[in-house]
Amino acid sequence: MTLETLFEQKNSARKISLKSVDEYPEAPVSLGTTLSNFTGDWRTFIPVIDDGKCVKCYICWKFCPEPAIYIREDGYVGIDYDYCKGCGICANECPTKAITMEKEEK
Amino acid sequence: MSGYEPIRKVISGNYAAAYAARDARVQVVAAYPITPQTSIIEKIAEFIANGEADIQYVPVESEHSAMAACIGASATGARAFTATSAQGLALMHEMLHWASGARLPIVMVDVNRAMAPPWSVWDDQTDSLAQRDTGWMQFYAENNQEVYDGVLMAFKVAEQVNLPAMVVESAFILSHTYDVVEMIPQKLVDEFLPPREPLYDLADFSRPFSVGALGTPDDYYEFRYKIARAMEDAVKVIRDVGKEFGERFGRDYGSMIELYRTEDADFVFLGLGSLMGTVKQAVDVLREEGYRVGAAKVRWFRPFPKRELYELAKTVDGIAVLDRNYSFGMEGILFTETKAALYGTDAHPLVRNYIVGLGGRDFTVKDIRNVASDMMKAMEGGETSEEILWYHLKRG
Amino acid sequence: MEVPDEIKKRLTLPFEEHFYAGHTACQGCGASLGLRYVLKAYGRKTIVVIPACCSTIIAGAWPYSTLDANLFHTAFETTGAVISGVEAALKARGIKVKGEDGVMVVGWAGDGGTADIGLQALSGFIERGHDAVYIMYDNEAYMNTGIQRSSSTPYGAWTTNTPGGKRHFLERRHKKKVIDIVIAHRIPYAATASDAYPEDFLRKLKKAQKTPGPSFIQLFAPCPTGWRSPTDKSIELARLAVQTAYFPLFEYENGRYRINMPSTKKDPKPIEEFLKLQGRFKYMTKEDVETLQSWVLAEWERLKKLAEVFG
Repeated sequence: MTLETLFEQKNSARKISLKSVDEYPEAPVSLGTTLSNFTGDWRTFIPVIDDGKCVKCYICWKFCPEPAIYIREDGYVGIDYDYCKGCGICANECPTKAITMEKEEK
Repeated sequence: MSGYEPIRKVISGNYAAAYAARDARVQVVAAYPITPQTSIIEKIAEFIANGEADIQYVPVESEHSAMAACIGASATGARAFTATSAQGLALMHEMLHWASGARLPIVMVDVNRAMAPPWSVWDDQTDSLAQRDTGWMQFYAENNQEVYDGVLMAFKVAEQVNLPAMVVESAFILSHTYDVVEMIPQKLVDEFLPPREPLYDLADFSRPFSVGALGTPDDYYEFRYKIARAMEDAVKVIRDVGKEFGERFGRDYGSMIELYRTEDADFVFLGLGSLMGTVKQAVDVLREEGYRVGAAKVRWFRPFPKRELYELAKTVDGIAVLDRNYSFGMEGILFTETKAALYGTDAHPLVRNYIVGLGGRDFTVKDIRNVASDMMKAMEGGETSEEILWYHLKRG
Repeated sequence: MEVPDEIKKRLTLPFEEHFYAGHTACQGCGASLGLRYVLKAYGRKTIVVIPACCSTIIAGAWPYSTLDANLFHTAFETTGAVISGVEAALKARGIKVKGEDGVMVVGWAGDGGTADIGLQALSGFIERGHDAVYIMYDNEAYMNTGIQRSSSTPYGAWTTNTPGGKRHFLERRHKKKVIDIVIAHRIPYAATASDAYPEDFLRKLKKAQKTPGPSFIQLFAPCPTGWRSPTDKSIELARLAVQTAYFPLFEYENGRYRINMPSTKKDPKPIEEFLKLQGRFKYMTKEDVETLQSWVLAEWERLKKLAEVFG
């Protein structure tokens, strides 16, 4: 899956709620992806990237367990806040301290 | 009925099962040794060794893994087969639920054997009947021919309703006893049983999917209903497939209960499996002696033939249920099911329970005559012992 | 929007993702990260078998799936058996298994599902020689059921059934060396790996893909929830586990051992560095720490000796 198709899939991802037993598949086979489940609201701290300090090493991208960090076309990284749970691994691993965890105002 | 030339062989019930698995072109067999099942798997191994069958044989380290491997194979689109008995079947129990929940048409032969302790290797139906609620269909074979035919039909039915099926035969009485079996030429079996068309296939990556994910209280219920409905649908499929089998091969299985001389019967013996062979013989003897009796053999225990049982019950005054099994704290299992199926209907025969042959104890024509006279006495309102009769019990 | 190829080439891991966000793993979960790596290595043509474990939940409640690959959920103790059956079916159907262009069959099970209840099926799978990869993601306790000790829980750890208390009732047995049991089968390829070293993990996954027969990888996967550690320290902890030689990275291939990390030339870091970041070790006395430290070093010496003799 490329980044493009990921975003495409995210935009088309829908919550599935079936109203009638006849709509259910015969076997418990999945019908969609978890992309419709936005986990961003789990966050207490939010990672903020300072592009000025970013050296494009992609260590943050590598270690994101969601994954919610993507590589932008200009080579810097972006965070998809719809999914980022705010674990802080990216900030902890960033060698130039380009990512800081800030208390999120809700 | 087509005028085909059957392949006649004198073989054991276990070999009949193995030949049927071969002729059904099973693709994966995963099994573990247990007496008295083992010669099924030995024979299949021999087919593979001789180049007579192209089967992936997985010699697993337990029956639990046998069923788990069959589940993996079946979910990956293969026709999967296994066989077991008693303790092995009990060990599989968890995965029996898994097979039906994942809607996999696995076919298994269970050789009915008594549960330990005390250790026993002999015939007893409690092992398979204790799996009643696992979502498996259950076919009980009376003789070796029915073992062979049953396996072929079980695959066809299972693959249409996407539920697993168990073909049950008696320890030693069938499993190790040789009898003539008419086998069907491969080409004709292939016409009857085409390659499987799976509901889903783990080897299809066009749209990735998961099977069996967490079902919340919002969704689990509907999937259970699907299984319940598939089991109900299986009643018609079983009858259609049984009828088709008769038309193609001359042995009709169009009814889920086989009736023997029940037309004008005052009462019938109702039971499962090889026991009913002896009962049929006894019916002939009793008829000659003036008893108006018949035999009703429950071929399919799951789905339970409620309608056919009702139709039969309307025509008789009594049903003597012969249970080679027991549910502790209740009664014989077929007895319970029989009464439950008739409850609330307008059929009110006297239904009595005879616990017979547990752990392989011989149950002979003479015994059946004794049951018949007890049954007649009860029907005439005479002095009888308790409703559930431990027939063989040493009371000296 | 397209990421330039020169950037993709600079990446140390494959660019392609086959693991969807929106899953319900805890913050900082090492298991979800590990599964993401596995799918980066193997891609969509993969059949993943997951028994009862955290990943049952992580992979999505019906009707959703987190994997861009096929996934079969199974019972706790059956991973080894189910992947055996999947592989047998693929072979029966003439579908290529393993190798560069074959279908990958992957068992993905936790430490309880591997070292405890699934050990028999694992042994059967290896002994029979099926072409599949079994990955044990090791978070050192039954995390999904609420942090109960498994045979892979280390000495001195707090868990909900070794809760410390007045009687100092902590885990008193050392971590089971499951991989030694695996190696006793003379498996073609076995390795340990760590979330902190994904390049090493992917190299091992690729080697498992190329090696015919069964492969086994034990992945060290931190669990902030169960280890009572800060969620941002997961990678740091995985790294320290290697640097202290608590969880050394090594490979066993065709009878030969090779140690990858830490360096055998110098002394590993003291175990305290690994312990102090985790609340689960806070009940340990000084003597407890010494007991664990000497066990770690003894095991490390043993491994070095094995690599020396069978290197």
